[in-house]
Amino acid sequence: MNRQRAAWGFVAPALVALGLFFFLPIAAALVLSFTDFDIYALADLHNLRFVGLDNYLTLLRTPLFWKALGNTIEFVVLGVPLSIATSLGAALLINSKLARFKGLFRTIFFAPVVTTLVAVAVIWRYLFNTQFGLINWLLGLVGLGPVDWLGDPHWAMPAIVVFAVWKNFGYNMIILLAGLQAIPDDLYEAARIDGAGRLAQFRHVTLPALGPVLLLVSILTMAAYFQLFAEPYVMTQGGPVQSTTSIIYLMFVQGFQFWNLGYATAVAFVLFAILFALTLVQLRVSRRWSER
Amino acid sequence: MRRRLPSPFRRFAPPSSVGSALPPAGPEQRGALFTRRSQWEREGARSAQPSGKGEGDGLPINAALWLLGLFAVAPLLWMLSVSLMQPGEAAHFPPPLLPHHPTLQNYVTLFATTDMARFFLNSLLLATLATFISTAFNVMAGYAFAKLAFRGRDMLFRWLLAALVIPAQVAMIPLFLLCKELGLVNSYAGVLVPSIATVFGIFLVRQYALAIPDELLEAARIDGASEWRIFRSIALPALTPMLVTLATFAFLASWSDFLWPLIILNDTDMQTLPVALANLSREHVQDFELMMAGAVVTLAPVLLLFLALQRYYLSGLLAGSVKG
Repeated sequence: MNRQRAAWGFVAPALVALGLFFFLPIAAALVLSFTDFDIYALADLHNLRFVGLDNYLTLLRTPLFWKALGNTIEFVVLGVPLSIATSLGAALLINSKLARFKGLFRTIFFAPVVTTLVAVAVIWRYLFNTQFGLINWLLGLVGLGPVDWLGDPHWAMPAIVVFAVWKNFGYNMIILLAGLQAIPDDLYEAARIDGAGRLAQFRHVTLPALGPVLLLVSILTMAAYFQLFAEPYVMTQGGPVQSTTSIIYLMFVQGFQFWNLGYATAVAFVLFAILFALTLVQLRVSRRWSER
Repeated sequence: MRRRLPSPFRRFAPPSSVGSALPPAGPEQRGALFTRRSQWEREGARSAQPSGKGEGDGLPINAALWLLGLFAVAPLLWMLSVSLMQPGEAAHFPPPLLPHHPTLQNYVTLFATTDMARFFLNSLLLATLATFISTAFNVMAGYAFAKLAFRGRDMLFRWLLAALVIPAQVAMIPLFLLCKELGLVNSYAGVLVPSIATVFGIFLVRQYALAIPDELLEAARIDGASEWRIFRSIALPALTPMLVTLATFAFLASWSDFLWPLIILNDTDMQTLPVALANLSREHVQDFELMMAGAVVTLAPVLLLFLALQRYYLSGLLAGSVKG
């Protein structure tokens, strides 16, 4: 049929590109993670051997993998609540009837989101400078510090978290703002008539109404934060003492510095498994929510 | 029952590292997408009016806004200020906030001693190509998924959406090997390969195109117009706002992309700005002023682009987070 053929003509370019450069590699990745693909195999494919689950088993016995997983989880556990709280705060402020210059602030809050990650990571590396950084100077004004932010294994990850919050809070703010604006004014009106103060209105009107959006935003932010890479690459090179080595950082180092491509692919699949589990949780919870 | 976008996906999502999500949409959501932009503007206008109703003092709220605004914008202002300082000026305590004698010396040094101009052109070329290619492919596919009936369409689309769960990094190593086989390592084409078409882009166009009235297309068909003609003269004009959104997303994503160019390019000559900047910042750790000039050069185009097109960008972000 003519129209069928026309339709396929429209979708074919995109589908071919996606198939060749995304779906095929994904399928290949699964195979690759069961091989010992390394620099010798890169030179000559005859050196390639199937090793079954060896890569995964080695991974589970490697302390650095657990360290990287722990670091990534630390980043997620610290970063996600802080990001969401900042986004929600910003959205509430902009949505307030008393706020002025809303358009201006919306633009300003969102600006860090569109910035190039590497460039702003370079800026923040200097802001975190122990001796001359603005952050330690500000802390010094209130009698704190100085903190060796990026040089102290205890502080490097929290520093990256602060940077990530700055970079990302504007994104969820926009989504939460849309959520806030969708809450009917009558609800607040009714709460006021019932004598609810501002805090009570927030607890009993805003939060329940925003619940589904908040949950979704949290899970999506979690999934994004699990993919931490460029921040430690630029700011700390995974250090100090590997305290900021993330899963993807480990994959990059194993894959493209040591050329253990089979092993590195297994690392990537572990991340995939985590994100997949997260998505399942998200689907289940949001289904329960919409059934209510 | 509404299903939701499974997961954010760096490669497909806007260049932030946070994915998309769903604002509560009314029952009219499908049709509303078509007017999403004007709806956005309306909301902006509505909330822009300070209400005169006495709800107490706005001072704490506005003070908090200014504080948060300062937090958001201070690093960028500081970057600009330091980039205009004399070499070595920023490394003092207390840290100077403004240049004593503003100078463009760092920019001169940057372009004279590094290949910054080259990197800039590399980034510009690649981002422009990625924008044109991906926008064209995504629009065609998105339109077909929304408006042209073909066998297996809905199932195919569901599979595409399901693929959003897969992080791009999983595909990266085999993709690198594939590019090596195809001789694309260390080439511009190699950089472009993962951004030819994106699931997120196709999805965005489809959502928007659903609102094009079928009667309009049918009438054109009865008049004997070819499908291609219908696409060009009816669908494309209707999709223009979404095209701008999509192009903005694509440009920003390509400009800021880091991991893939880092992997696929070896020659210093071919590097994009983020990769080059990361390398430079390792070599010039102590050169605050020079590095800030580099950051300004990298950020200026995307920030200006965002300021010019933010309405499209933000409305697209919201439309992309709604799923039909």
